[in-house]
Amino acid sequence: MILKGRVWKFGDNIDTDIIIPARYLALTDPKALGEHCMEPLAPDFHKKVKPGDMIVGGFNFGSGSSREHAPIAISALGIPLVIAKSFARIFYRNSFNKGLPLLEADIIDDVEEGEEIEVDLSSGVIKLGKKEVKAKPIPPFMEELIKAGGLINYLKKKLEDTHEKV
Amino acid sequence: MGMTMTEKILAAHAGKDGVEPGEIIEAKIDLALANDITAPLSLEEFQKVGATKVFDTEKVVFVLDHFTPNKDILSAENCKKIREFSQKYGVTHFYEGGCCGVEHALLPEQGLVVPGDLVIGADSHTCTYGALGAFATGMGSTDITYGIVTGQTWLKVPESIKFICRGTWQEWVTGKDLILYIIGKIGVDGALYSAMEFEGDAISALSMDSRLTVANMAIEAGAKNGIFKVDVKTLEYVKGRSTKAPRVFESDKDAKYRQVFEIDAATVGLNVACPSLPSNVKRVEEVKGVRVDQAIIGSCTNGRMEDLEAAAKVLKGKKVAKHTRCIVIPATPTIYAEAMRKGLFEIFLDAECVISAPTCGPCLGGHMGVLAKGERAVATTNRNFIGRMGHPESEVYLSGAAVAAASAVKGEIAHPREVL
Repeated sequence: MILKGRVWKFGDNIDTDIIIPARYLALTDPKALGEHCMEPLAPDFHKKVKPGDMIVGGFNFGSGSSREHAPIAISALGIPLVIAKSFARIFYRNSFNKGLPLLEADIIDDVEEGEEIEVDLSSGVIKLGKKEVKAKPIPPFMEELIKAGGLINYLKKKLEDTHEKV
Repeated sequence: MGMTMTEKILAAHAGKDGVEPGEIIEAKIDLALANDITAPLSLEEFQKVGATKVFDTEKVVFVLDHFTPNKDILSAENCKKIREFSQKYGVTHFYEGGCCGVEHALLPEQGLVVPGDLVIGADSHTCTYGALGAFATGMGSTDITYGIVTGQTWLKVPESIKFICRGTWQEWVTGKDLILYIIGKIGVDGALYSAMEFEGDAISALSMDSRLTVANMAIEAGAKNGIFKVDVKTLEYVKGRSTKAPRVFESDKDAKYRQVFEIDAATVGLNVACPSLPSNVKRVEEVKGVRVDQAIIGSCTNGRMEDLEAAAKVLKGKKVAKHTRCIVIPATPTIYAEAMRKGLFEIFLDAECVISAPTCGPCLGGHMGVLAKGERAVATTNRNFIGRMGHPESEVYLSGAAVAAASAVKGEIAHPREVL
């Protein structure tokens, strides 16, 4: 799958309290959560971002709490992909579980805010202005989750299969 | 080749003789936990998959501790959904109201976790139970749905990092100072995806309360889990609390570690993590004099008896500074009652502290002590991220209970000996 979109840059250690502050965690509606995405650093982010735009981060993106509201808020804004130097593990797991792919690549210093980039999700090749960067491959199991459309669809299928066997 | 205790627990739950770091396994779970902010999403997914029952009504735990006592209508509605779900599906371990405490203080105290267990929780601080020699890790709501439907979870076997602590601890130093010391050294992603294993004579000397504090903050170094060798203290702690039999797993002598750190306990001082990362650690002496508007003594990190007793020792016969608010939050009803019986409440009230019902409330800027723009808190909690406790321009300094109490008295960050 080829994704094309503008880049929104965030730095190192973008924690889940930045992605979606805890005071909004009583919300479960994705659209409502999206309206507060990245609020502490960029209060107007939800107004400026367009579907198809991507987030580029530094190291340890998504650190902190286990709140799944974080990938939900990002996806709710139509953001199809986050690229960062590294990801915190619960956020990594949650994103794939919810069907939001992540790519590990060190490109933050090679892109400008608002620049358009092209990403081949299956090969992990990221086309920046003048150069190409290859992201770390997505582990096969995570790829399976994305293909299934997230963990719940994966589970549904598993339950159906078990049912058929019985 | 030998295995670490983390690998052994995972292998046992995956029905395998051995596992290796990096391997993805499907493992049986002994317990799945969610709270009032993570369970609602989990229950929505439960409906979506069309599940008709939970895998085991005794192994699912819901603790309504974050935005409770309900802070607003939305929170109340969320708690109502979880309550109704628990009734409908016969979930035994449903905690709210006067039975409810901060989840990671409550579960060990109630004997819900024993050595050798595999616990998953929709809360990042689920890693706390590693203090009991269990494998415990935080996940998202959807993972918990998968767990409560199938009784299983998928896991990537982590590499292990060993921390050996030897020697004698200085006066006032607790588990909080040790874990801040470690995070200060290795950074917030120093143990990313890994297991942090603790051992040594200085570790054996730590109380169970302190061990729970250390394991609790393993996530703050990016770790998947923290884990302690099971000893007499561990077994003594679980005895009488749980009907489950502990299973003791020990790391082999030839087990493989990614890194081994040796720490001389005597070099660990009273530490404070400055805004806005838990790794931004300084000795209390280096930050003393920083004015604070609020002190929080509580949370899943430091709301246990050891913490309240340390705070009371400092606060006895003193008054909280006029410009500072000090909020004490016993983490569970049992701790609350014990603190009251031991006369700690009198000390806190005489010092003009607020005593709160057990709740996670202020730790995550939820309620019961949210900060205004420009305000600064010293807190015994676990995160000092931007805006964690309220306004994006407020600040949090993390410390142990004695430093938080001393800072409340002075109205600025202080070493306990400055007020005693």
